[in-house]
Amino acid sequence: MSDLAARRVRPAEAPAEPWHDNYLTAEQGILSWLTTTDHKRIALLYMASLLAFFIIGGFAAVMMRLELFTPAQDVMTADAYNRMFTLHGTVMVWFFLVPSIPNTLGNFLLPLMIGARDLAFPRVNLASWYLFNGAGLLLLLSLLLGGVDTGWTFYTPFSTMFSNGYVLLAALAVVLVGFSSIMTGLNFIATVHLLRAPGMYWFRLPLLVWAIYATSIVIVLATPVLTASLLLIVAERGFGLPVFDPAHGGDPLLFQHLFWFYSHPAVYIMILPSFGVISEIVTCFARRRIFGYTFMIYAILWIAVIGFLVWGHHMFVSGQSLFASLVFSFLSFVIAVPSAIKVFNWSFTLYRGQITFEAPMLYALGFIGLFTLGGLTGLFLASVPIDIHVTDTYFVVAHFHFIMVGGAVTALYGGLSFWWPKITGRLYPEGWARFAAVLMFFGFIFTFFPMFIMGYAGMPRRYGAYPPEFQIWHVMSSSGAVLLAAAYLLPMGYLTLSLFRGARATDDPWAATGLEWRTSSPPPRHNFRRMPVVDEGPYLYHPESEGPHHTEREPHENQGRGA
Amino acid sequence: MNSGGEALREPWESLRRQREAAGFGMWLFLNSEALLFGALIAAFFATRFYHPQAFEAAGKEAEIVYGTVNTLVLLTSSLTMAVASFATRAELRRVSFWSLGLTLALGLVFLGLKIMEWRSDLEKGMVPGPGFPMEQPGAVLFWGFYWALTPLHALHLIGGLSTVGFLTWQAARGARPLRSPAFEAAGLYWHLIDVVWIFLYPLIYLQGRASS
Repeated sequence: MSDLAARRVRPAEAPAEPWHDNYLTAEQGILSWLTTTDHKRIALLYMASLLAFFIIGGFAAVMMRLELFTPAQDVMTADAYNRMFTLHGTVMVWFFLVPSIPNTLGNFLLPLMIGARDLAFPRVNLASWYLFNGAGLLLLLSLLLGGVDTGWTFYTPFSTMFSNGYVLLAALAVVLVGFSSIMTGLNFIATVHLLRAPGMYWFRLPLLVWAIYATSIVIVLATPVLTASLLLIVAERGFGLPVFDPAHGGDPLLFQHLFWFYSHPAVYIMILPSFGVISEIVTCFARRRIFGYTFMIYAILWIAVIGFLVWGHHMFVSGQSLFASLVFSFLSFVIAVPSAIKVFNWSFTLYRGQITFEAPMLYALGFIGLFTLGGLTGLFLASVPIDIHVTDTYFVVAHFHFIMVGGAVTALYGGLSFWWPKITGRLYPEGWARFAAVLMFFGFIFTFFPMFIMGYAGMPRRYGAYPPEFQIWHVMSSSGAVLLAAAYLLPMGYLTLSLFRGARATDDPWAATGLEWRTSSPPPRHNFRRMPVVDEGPYLYHPESEGPHHTEREPHENQGRGA
Repeated sequence: MNSGGEALREPWESLRRQREAAGFGMWLFLNSEALLFGALIAAFFATRFYHPQAFEAAGKEAEIVYGTVNTLVLLTSSLTMAVASFATRAELRRVSFWSLGLTLALGLVFLGLKIMEWRSDLEKGMVPGPGFPMEQPGAVLFWGFYWALTPLHALHLIGGLSTVGFLTWQAARGARPLRSPAFEAAGLYWHLIDVVWIFLYPLIYLQGRASS
């Protein structure tokens, strides 16, 4: 190591004393878990459910990549392929990505970060988990009966008149999981409004709290519109009530408008929480204040608001008026600005920081790169002429996977590593974790970058067979998917192992400033032994307007006292 | 733990704060419900925009007597529910149970009239599908929305009835103190059912009759 590099944040290991009282040991037995109202335990329950759905959705992805290895339709029938990508989309969007960070990390951390004992409505929180699982079982039932072939978008009139899958069951499952997200969302909003610690003013909240707060607002306002559009599908398909049926003068595009009014904001539901996670990690491992704290907040809110006004960019080729398309195109460029502000601010936070490359930081840096690529290609798609050229090609598939998988899933793994010591009281193996983080980055690029190229060359999405000239790109992509799968499975292995073998974590292994580190690891049942009081903003890693520039670690200031 | 007694729940430190939370949480949920019905009503409007004459003709077939009486019934039930919210908070036992009982009764009357109205619609054959009596293209879409919106509204009313009924039963058993914030939250939800109906009433019963 040269003199310029700062000393690593070597997490201190705590002596192996008997655990003091914590939320994991407070009550024993499976029943105490199934009836718990502790937000930390519910976060773990959600983690278990989400892991199951991640594996199911991942399985469908593996089957698709297997089919696409050769140009011919040889592994499964075209119909089975349709059901595979529908399964992949439905499970991954509603049963993994939407709840991923908010319901696991958010559920665990939100009360800790604002200095509260629990969420505002603990029993609603538990109920939302049961509803989530109920909806998941319905979806699995539709899968076991034979699946759905509409794609995750349920477009009419195919879904209402022609599809012969179990559309009703799947739509009902999505309606129910929507209620589960609304319950979680309103719980988070009420918690942030009503349960902040003394002195924790709005502009002292950590950015993860802001991100989850904005996400929750979008969830509460957008999800019911999805419910409405799916209920109309149920009415038309199940009860024969014509609503979208063009034979009776109905308008199938009306469904698309309603659907995307939810589903575009849903993209921000999936990505906003990861912005929060990245802000926490980048500041901690660069030992810097966040650059432009208030602007980060305005950017989050800006995205949340404008996110409601851009749905028409999914419908450029639907025959909507050119004037509408141009307005939606303009607004889609407008929403790129706050995302760019966030990327610039993370970069400036790194500038002159004492950067160390622990695993969470590797994930975070990977996130910034992949999110930037995904965001910039989003601008291609926001331009009407280019979008018309690449509509329904792999270019679109690559674009949203860069945001959803390269962005949101990378941030989830980063956040999981970062807060693992707090959640479990154990340290994960650093070497393995760094390897997994780097492997995830390369596996991801290897899988999805070829899709940009073949998409631009005209490879359409949602086909199991394709012309042979695209094979080279598909082979690359399928090979990359193997690496990516390994990078996703690896942490499941070493994190599980660390539960038994991992070194004991101290209360604050990363020397971070947030309130969640001011309590023991793992935290006690009621989060804090003495409730914290706050008199500073977040991220006081170094004196204001002055960057650290030597090898000695700057002293940092914690956000709370008295805990 | 002293001021609230048994009405106080985790993680709140005072009943005043908990009451604020119950109301605030319910308002958030109402926002969500407003967008659910808002989307459906917007879809109704968008479709009506394509077929204004057909929608007017179809709207004339809606049973305005049932609709109007039901509007009055539901508005009155909102009044009794509002009384119940304040009476429970002030722990006026007699007034609370009377107003809660009246609210439940009026809600049931609404449902009963609704069922009679549906039966009369069915007798006239106003069901999309083979044998639908109206010729105009688009008229069947009005009835499509009718059969989607009114049962969904009724479903919400059943939700409201079950909630208020359950809370009243708990209070009567002594399992729930009258000053529990749940009564006010249930009241807010009840008013939403009313407000939604105030939008549905002109859309279904009046829009066809206004212009002629």
